[in-house]
Amino acid sequence: MPTDGPTPLERFINGILPENPVYRQLLGMCPVLAVTSSMKNAMTMAGAVAFVLICANIIVSLIRNRLQPHLRILVFTLTIATFVTIADRVLAAFMYSTSKELGPYIPLIIVNCLIICRCEVCASKQGVTTATFDAVGQSLGFAIGLATMASMRELLANGSWFGIEMFWLEGTASEKYRWALMGLPPGAFFSLGILLGAVNWITSLKKKKCSPQLEG
Amino acid sequence: MEKYLAELILIAIGAAIINNFVLIYFVGICPFLGVSRRVDMAFGMGCAVTFVISIAAILSWAFTYYILQPGAPLATDIYQALSGTDQKSDLSILNYIIYIFVIAASVQLVEMYVRKFFPVLYKSFGVFLPLITTNCAILFACLEIMKHVSGEPNQALKWGLGESLTLAFFGGVGFTIAIVVMAGIREELDLCDVPKPLRGAGITLLVAGILAMAFMGFTGVNKNLKKKITPPAKTQAEAGQSAGKAEPPQNEIAAGGREKV
Repeated sequence: MPTDGPTPLERFINGILPENPVYRQLLGMCPVLAVTSSMKNAMTMAGAVAFVLICANIIVSLIRNRLQPHLRILVFTLTIATFVTIADRVLAAFMYSTSKELGPYIPLIIVNCLIICRCEVCASKQGVTTATFDAVGQSLGFAIGLATMASMRELLANGSWFGIEMFWLEGTASEKYRWALMGLPPGAFFSLGILLGAVNWITSLKKKKCSPQLEG
Repeated sequence: MEKYLAELILIAIGAAIINNFVLIYFVGICPFLGVSRRVDMAFGMGCAVTFVISIAAILSWAFTYYILQPGAPLATDIYQALSGTDQKSDLSILNYIIYIFVIAASVQLVEMYVRKFFPVLYKSFGVFLPLITTNCAILFACLEIMKHVSGEPNQALKWGLGESLTLAFFGGVGFTIAIVVMAGIREELDLCDVPKPLRGAGITLLVAGILAMAFMGFTGVNKNLKKKITPPAKTQAEAGQSAGKAEPPQNEIAAGGREKV
């Protein structure tokens, strides 16, 4: 099977930073905003997305030669829906309280653009190894995105991380310094906007340093 | 009857304003960021979504109620006839797959219908119609309906078609409100000097945060409203008060918009 396009390793590295799904591609924003009010929920979500993404990429890559072009999106969605059902049932069985908190956002993974995009861009064109590496890289990138958002929001809103109280906030007056808004919907929008700006700013600085002639 | 209407009104206000799909539940963020550049396009997208969401809600309610929920009438009959036992059927494991099918089918249906009967509208919808399939807002409405039909053990509290359709339609209206307000602000933003790293998605998200703050002003309106509506309305003064309470956040939206611009 002749495969042109990026190699497995390139795909893997691309997913983590240069094409980070959250900060560079702006894909799958719905869970990024919705479940990042605490680190635990965010990491459960990242795990579920990683499971679905890896399984869906492998399956789609295996059947890529049999796909009818006009039906492919439907096939992708049905494959994803199957794995999301599995993930949903497993979470409900073993992590009941977290799955209750995540609520509709687990089933909403089905329509997460990130997974459909990876199936379309990579898995339906390249072999199983590349697709797997791509899926692992992208889900790591997604997990990094969720983790930065959730750390920022949980620290500012609750003064804790993974539910553990931070030492500098322990004691008497800590209640005063909690920024409750960050745990609520507007906080999600603000922190994502600010983080996006920061990432863009850092990349633009790097570009200037590396290739000043291109910038001018 | 009166109680039923009151419940519908509560669901409608809850879906459209208090728990706005986009700004509170974060569903449908992709079109919210992508298609909110011009007001007319945003309005078209909102209408398309409202239309599809209503059709998908009717279909998914019917599927959930008659086939998918534990002990669903139609599926149980078939199962009992086939197996000869009197066990109840439970097909809720198929929920998500069926919903995706329903949404994809209703998008196709709407696309065909609009292309045939409203060619001008079809041209202006353009690429949005197929995109609606992967709009989280529609699946979210289906899931809410599932929660209230399949997840509700009490037969009397199960949602009927009326409640489901109200939730979906007004959810779509809420989506339209959010995306049109956003487009209005973004049209003005084009004239502003935004710091370079924030251009595009960054500033849109910050503005959305301010909008979400404004919409949070509606929190609790439904509790007051419920008090007013559920036991037959008390006095005119109180109704006026609750209307007065609902007013300031609206001004806040305008103010928030203007401040930013």
